Amino acid sequence: MSKSPPAREALAARLRACVGSQYVIEDAETRRPYECDGLAMYCELPQLVVLPGDVAQVQAVMRICHACGVPVVARGHGTGLCAGAMPHPEGIVLSLARLSAILAIDPEARTARVQPGVRNLAISEAVAEYGLYYGPDPSSQIACSIGGNVAENSGGVHCLKYGLTVHNILKLEVISVEGEKLDIGSEGLDSGGMDLLALFTGSEGLLGVITEITVRLLPVPERARVVMAGFDTIQAAGDAVGGIIAQGIIPAGLEMMDSHAIVAAEAFAQAGYPVAAKALLLCEVDGTDAEVQEHSTRIETLFRQFGATSIRTSRNEAERALLWKGRKSAFPAVGRISPDYYCMDGTIPRSQLARVLTEIDRMATEYGLRVVNVFHAGDGNLHPLILFDANVAGEFERAEAFGGRILELCVAVGGCITGEHGVGIEKIRQMPVQFSPEELAQLEAVKQAFDPQATLNPGKGIPLLKRCQEYRTLEGHAHG
Amino acid sequence: MADCSRQLQEQVRTASAERRALAITGGGTKVFLGRRPVGEVLDVSAHRGIVSYQPVELVLTARAGTSLDVLEAALQEHGQMLAFEPPHFGPGATLGGTLACNLSGPGRPWWGSVRDQVLGIRLLNGRGEHLRFGGQVMKNVAGYDISRLQAGAMGTLGVITEISLKVLPQPALTLTLVQAHPPATAITRMNQYAGEPRPLSAACWLDGRLYLRLSGAASAVQAAAGQWGGDRLAAAEATAFWSALREQQQAFFQPALRGETPLWRFSVRPNATLPELPGAWVLDWAGAQRWYRGTGEPARMETLAAAMGGQVTLFRNGERRAEVFHTLPGALQTVQQRLKRQFDPAGIFNPGRVYGWL
Ligand SMILES: Cc1cc2nc3c(=O)[nH]c(=O)nc-3n(C[C@H](O)[C@H](O)[C@H](O)COP(=O)(O)OP(=O)(O)OC[C@H]3O[C@@H](n4cnc5c(N)ncnc54)[C@H](O)[C@@H]3O)c2cc1C
Repeated sequence: MSKSPPAREALAARLRACVGSQYVIEDAETRRPYECDGLAMYCELPQLVVLPGDVAQVQAVMRICHACGVPVVARGHGTGLCAGAMPHPEGIVLSLARLSAILAIDPEARTARVQPGVRNLAISEAVAEYGLYYGPDPSSQIACSIGGNVAENSGGVHCLKYGLTVHNILKLEVISVEGEKLDIGSEGLDSGGMDLLALFTGSEGLLGVITEITVRLLPVPERARVVMAGFDTIQAAGDAVGGIIAQGIIPAGLEMMDSHAIVAAEAFAQAGYPVAAKALLLCEVDGTDAEVQEHSTRIETLFRQFGATSIRTSRNEAERALLWKGRKSAFPAVGRISPDYYCMDGTIPRSQLARVLTEIDRMATEYGLRVVNVFHAGDGNLHPLILFDANVAGEFERAEAFGGRILELCVAVGGCITGEHGVGIEKIRQMPVQFSPEELAQLEAVKQAFDPQATLNPGKGIPLLKRCQEYRTLEGHAHG
Repeated sequence: MADCSRQLQEQVRTASAERRALAITGGGTKVFLGRRPVGEVLDVSAHRGIVSYQPVELVLTARAGTSLDVLEAALQEHGQMLAFEPPHFGPGATLGGTLACNLSGPGRPWWGSVRDQVLGIRLLNGRGEHLRFGGQVMKNVAGYDISRLQAGAMGTLGVITEISLKVLPQPALTLTLVQAHPPATAITRMNQYAGEPRPLSAACWLDGRLYLRLSGAASAVQAAAGQWGGDRLAAAEATAFWSALREQQQAFFQPALRGETPLWRFSVRPNATLPELPGAWVLDWAGAQRWYRGTGEPARMETLAAAMGGQVTLFRNGERRAEVFHTLPGALQTVQQRLKRQFDPAGIFNPGRVYGWL
């Protein structure tokens, strides 16, 4: 049911008139880079790609699309991992990349007002001169946009202590599907009535287009130090994580890697990881000099008590950066040992860690695929990376089925199907595992309140109820 | 410690079929907030009890009617706390009411609000369906954030029946400093201190004095106290001070508690200049939450709040049949009305409690 060329040409002409002809991409070659996000297995060519240069242009584009019933898929910098920014074949991609200005910084109130296309890291760089930074630090922070972060409620290594995107923003400017401007939140810490700021955070471009964000900034800690420890078993490492929390210490970051990840990361980054260990913990503490000294010593002692086979504590910034380098390059490191990998994102109660990892191992054998685990251990957010080769017929389908089973396992032990990457297209089949039909209907009703004709990022996030039954039947077959 | 969700569900279904308004009530301690409640009381306070609490997971799940006292005692046993330091405003205050009103205490700018700590909820919608959103894990982005949407909605979207929260360990050491400053200097100081990497956990200006609370590792607390200076309050006195501030028991609040004068709450940019008004102020949250005691035209108060980058609420007293929350632009009113209809098609839950038009 693709648009006829004249219909597309007519739409393009109207859009060119409002954003300028060089900012409406029509030829297939130039549209190609927009066909997918970070999850390249899912791709689709849009009718057009439109790059507005200011908020008034975003409004104009939205009005035109609304009048014509054309689907709109907002796009930040395309690093999403759930095919949330995958285009709709009938619609346009609305790229926010040109809205990339930092509009204002108030160092005293510790806030910055930015456009959605600003890169996450660029905010921290711009405010560094005031001794401030923006807390949430997704591993993709060099590339991803703050607008995309809000749309996904992104987290990062440091969200155990400093929170997710939802905890670090004050105010949004949103353009509705009709092109109307909504100001949500304020420069204060809360506003009267229901919390629309929270509703928009993590809404995956389904409720409106975010065109401005006021973020909160934090003072840069005096010092940070990372304690690395190797363990003989995942269980011991998991217990050590619980042990730290029980001591009343909230680390700035607490990451775990399994033996496959340790080996791959060490080969890639030469960070000095203990390659014989079955599990590795990286625990960062930050604060004042004295506090960091006190906490890191206590953590070393604790790791020893929980049976750590090796311990290393960073003595300076260079060593801290090196110890993190392995973890931060885990994805590319895995890219070296496998042609393709598929990253999952379930969250579980920490106490279930050993059980879930053992079960994932067992399933890996069942599916005949390798899996590497790196994850945010402090908050129970797993990132199993399923290794596969897209050139081998059927391997991706197997990886996908395996991934689906992992997510169901996460739900079964009291967790959820996505901790930070979002549902998008990718996890829509697992939504009925986490939610009942009535719950899905309520979520759909929320969508209806903002976008009754369902032209904002259609087909993502919330499965239509009639599809759920089909998904359930499919799952039933898949499990045999 | 009973699970009364079935009864509540029945009551909601009946009310919905008969299109009768329900005034959802927990401990009744926040009845003064918002506009005047109307409708038949739906008492949630019997639906109480801690459903699960795993201290190492830092997660607690409790039925909405559970009293804050019970929660605080359970956490205390494990050296943990509700980091949002909820004001009780009377005996029997419940968890559900605290989330619905989005009430948090002095540590809010650093430790987060009740909304920030919510991980998941169960909710009875207007069709009487018992739904679950969010979960019991720290990170969960599946579906819209219906849990946090409830914060401030004051029950207009449904009956919250159960809440999962992130809890935090109690700080190793807490110390309160007192410095004497006029309000303008206090605002500058509070914001300056909040911008330093020190373990500040509360900052309040009251009666010419700036109170600074430091909480965390002993070494960090002592170092900051040495650097900033000021008189140190004795531990018991400090605890009493912050608790009285949270509960609005200081002399400043007394005329408002007696119903004599209106009490306004400004939620604004923390470094905003304080407007000249004849009444008296208390500045909390490092300047982001400001209490004003005195009469004023609502429209004029809203203009002042907007100039400070935020909103104003008529918190206590005054005309409570009129609007008491900051006026919203038309587009946002429409959004809230549409959302309300999607949760509560018959309009039975706390109609008019937040806004006359909702
Ligand atoms: C190597 C790698 C590491 C990663 N690490 C992390 C991590 O540690 N933590 C984490 O949370 N995520 C991580 N991600 C995922 C991804 O970076 C985040 O989801 C990020 O927030 C996406 O931002 P983006 O600008 O690329 O958004 P896009 O991919 O362009 O879009 C993401 C979604 O947001 C919507 N959207 C984008 N902009 C807007 C807007 N202005 N208004 C409305 N909707 C909008 C899109 O429609 C889409 O649904 C990682 C990704 C990669 C590739």
